[in-house]
Amino acid sequence: MAILQVTGITKRFGGIVAVDKVGFEVNKGEIVSIIGPNGAGKTTIFNMLTGVYTIDEGEIIFDGKPIHNHKPQDIVKAGISRTFQNIRLFQDLRVVENVLVGTHIKTNYSFLDSVLRTGRFRKEEDEKVFEAIQILKSIGLDDRRDDYAQNLPYGDQRKLEIARAIATGAKVLLLDEPAAGMNPQESAELLQFIRSLQKQGYTIILIEHDMSVVMNISDRIYVIDHGKPIAHGLPAEIANNPKVIEAYLGGVSASA
Amino acid sequence: MIGQQIFNGLTLGMCYALLAVGYSLVFGILRLVNFSHGSIYAFGAHAALLFVSLKFGIVPAILLSLLLTGVLGIVIDKTALEPLRKKNSIGIASLITTIGISNIIQNLLTVYFGSEKKAFPALFDFGTITVGGIQITWTQIFICIISFALMLLLVLLVKKTKVGLAMRGCEQNAKAASLMGVNVNFVISFTFFIGGVSAAIAGTLISGYYQIVYPTMGYMAGLKAFAAAVLGGIGSIPGALTGGLLVGVSESMAATFLGSTYRDCMAFVILIIVLIVRPNGLFGKKGITKV
Amino acid sequence: MDKKQHDANANKKKNMVYYIEYYVDKYKIPLAAVTAVLLIVLPQVVSNQYIVTTAVKIGIYIMLALGLNILVGYTGLVSLGHAGFVAIGAYTASLLATRLGLNFFGSIIIGMVVAGLAGLLLGLPTLRLSGTYLSIVTLGFGEIVKTIAMNWDPVTNGTLGVKNIPAPSIFGYKLTIANNGLYYLMLVMLLLIALFCYAVYKSRTGRAFLAIKTDEMAGIMMGINVTYYKVLAFVLSAVISAAAGALYATLIGYIDPNTFTFDVSTLILSIVILGGMGTIRGMFLGAAILISFPEVSRSLMDYRFVVYGLILVIMMRFRPQGLLGWKSQMPYRLSKYVKGRLEETKQDSSVVKQ
Repeated sequence: MAILQVTGITKRFGGIVAVDKVGFEVNKGEIVSIIGPNGAGKTTIFNMLTGVYTIDEGEIIFDGKPIHNHKPQDIVKAGISRTFQNIRLFQDLRVVENVLVGTHIKTNYSFLDSVLRTGRFRKEEDEKVFEAIQILKSIGLDDRRDDYAQNLPYGDQRKLEIARAIATGAKVLLLDEPAAGMNPQESAELLQFIRSLQKQGYTIILIEHDMSVVMNISDRIYVIDHGKPIAHGLPAEIANNPKVIEAYLGGVSASA
Repeated sequence: MIGQQIFNGLTLGMCYALLAVGYSLVFGILRLVNFSHGSIYAFGAHAALLFVSLKFGIVPAILLSLLLTGVLGIVIDKTALEPLRKKNSIGIASLITTIGISNIIQNLLTVYFGSEKKAFPALFDFGTITVGGIQITWTQIFICIISFALMLLLVLLVKKTKVGLAMRGCEQNAKAASLMGVNVNFVISFTFFIGGVSAAIAGTLISGYYQIVYPTMGYMAGLKAFAAAVLGGIGSIPGALTGGLLVGVSESMAATFLGSTYRDCMAFVILIIVLIVRPNGLFGKKGITKV
Repeated sequence: MDKKQHDANANKKKNMVYYIEYYVDKYKIPLAAVTAVLLIVLPQVVSNQYIVTTAVKIGIYIMLALGLNILVGYTGLVSLGHAGFVAIGAYTASLLATRLGLNFFGSIIIGMVVAGLAGLLLGLPTLRLSGTYLSIVTLGFGEIVKTIAMNWDPVTNGTLGVKNIPAPSIFGYKLTIANNGLYYLMLVMLLLIALFCYAVYKSRTGRAFLAIKTDEMAGIMMGINVTYYKVLAFVLSAVISAAAGALYATLIGYIDPNTFTFDVSTLILSIVILGGMGTIRGMFLGAAILISFPEVSRSLMDYRFVVYGLILVIMMRFRPQGLLGWKSQMPYRLSKYVKGRLEETKQDSSVVKQ
């Protein structure tokens, strides 16, 4: 059964229809990519999924429950977390603190606990710090734990965003161009990591420009252009779909 | 009675509007609340007082004070604010800087002119006329005409001239404007000059109206004008006019019906109510969250 | 390889901040002990009422700055009307003390509660406002509080103000400047408030505040209830400021609406900025400088407020992060428990490798 069922979602800004009746479904444990030329509306779809934008039409069913037009923080709590195309880390915080912010909703102590430094506070805090470090280890950022996010190289900043998203405890991750700005070796490592996430039971929705990444890793691909769905299928099917080739080559040339 | 209060309020409101324009123009381009604007206004009034007392003619004296205040605006920007922009400082740094400048100007005025209230000559004292039971002084008429004309001029400047186009360009995107060959620093200096001149005009008009000047006169007037600017939607000249008039009228109503001590907070009460209903002011546009 | 080299460079670049932090951390117990002893014996040694009064004033402004710091430094909400909260605390406590004869400690707590409610009320508009609009609303709030104090004659005594505010007393023992009681009361309150701020800062609440400050949208996406935390920041800030305000009222013994002007709000903000937004140490230095400055610079007479403005301008130009506003260069402090568990897992993985 699909963990995420999206039907006919539409978003208008003034007179412009940014996303027009887009639908897709994602099964548990899948890696699904959404691709399309620049300005196709991919990030807008993420913004609709995560509650940043309200949707004008359609519905988003997550785990059997509608989540469209819910508050962003409730959607994270329900179990969908994301990264950003233009990196949005907490630049003045350390790497480990960035991940700790990610654990915010899972941290179970009250305000009073923290002021009085109760045993419960210390226990929870210790556990979350340990967990944060484990996440950093798994993504290969542990040696950067004490650094401030702003001092990380670009590729590491992207990784940290993923680490932070994982820390929320969400099992569905929306990754917005995670390989952007990475060199081939880094992006190969990232692919490896995303696969390992899949093995751990995460469901991943990917927006990506880098075709080599998408074709390699995706179980299924949805293609949108000008806010409209134009194709979906297995990577091999998409690669040979004339509509897709036209959308890419007719508009902006494919980046890979 | 009510008509009289409304008219008095409108007169006052025109002055607030003129002062509010200074906040709006600077905010439009720099996204900065220029907290020194109230002190610049007080400076303009004192400069006018000084030059008028030198008796080389009222009109040259006032023109000289306008020019000097405009230059003060530029000096503030060049010495204190431009370096911050070059360093890409955080927004609060500029805000605090203008608070500091305000402190400097206000206290220098106190040092040189004394903190007491000083008599200012009535500039347009040609008596009173009565229209429909409302007493109108010539001073009030002059205030309304001059303020309105100036604002019209500013709107034309922003909408119709080359420098106005450059100002609007910088307002939208300073970086892009500079890539298109707009001298952004000139535009900013020009804006501060205009802001200073309009503050000095407002200072002279209000001083001529109340016939007193004192170093801290810019404090409350500045805050209220700022409130007026936000009320109308900061960055918009018609907004500044509407906001100014609204503040002026409500203040004069409050003074009549609630007592004069309530006058000073009316601007803020209205402001808070308006902002809660319309977070971007009456004429402000709503932005789309970019993620 | 590249990365290792980079790390080596990072290690080489240990600067002054690192060494200051390192030695302060290493000798923190003796340092704290010496500071405590100095602060405790200070009034006995100087036994000059004027200096003790100034010291208490500095302490009060440190508290005020710590309160405002929660809003400006942690959460990134610039409040320009903080004098309003100070006024609410001072008026509520003083009126309860003078009219109803309530003990200082009872009245200060009620003052804090009332200010907290006001903080809640002012925090609510922040749901919809940001940046400049928020600042102007706080500014308006400060002016409105002042106007109410000025006009609500039957309660606040209007422009005449509240006179003869009694000194706090413990079991009938009066705490005054003369017997140094007020000074020690200030020390105790300051210690409690500073510890409170530290505890808030080093917890999920503090991290949520910082997240909202650096990137509100990213914070929302981490599931942080931004509304709740913004309002919480307002309430905490208000409560702390009210406590300091109540102490101020008993120190001076007299308050009127003009005690709490916009200048007070900017003074508190200046302390936060000068010392270093978001730090606790900075509030101590900032308040010490800006409050003692007018006292030691009486020779400058009229020019001292000019200099005061110059300090702000120059600071922003050359050190906008504030005098003590550096980011810690020390490693993130892990608790013994976490260190132990990390050791365990390290051993486990090395066993697996073998």
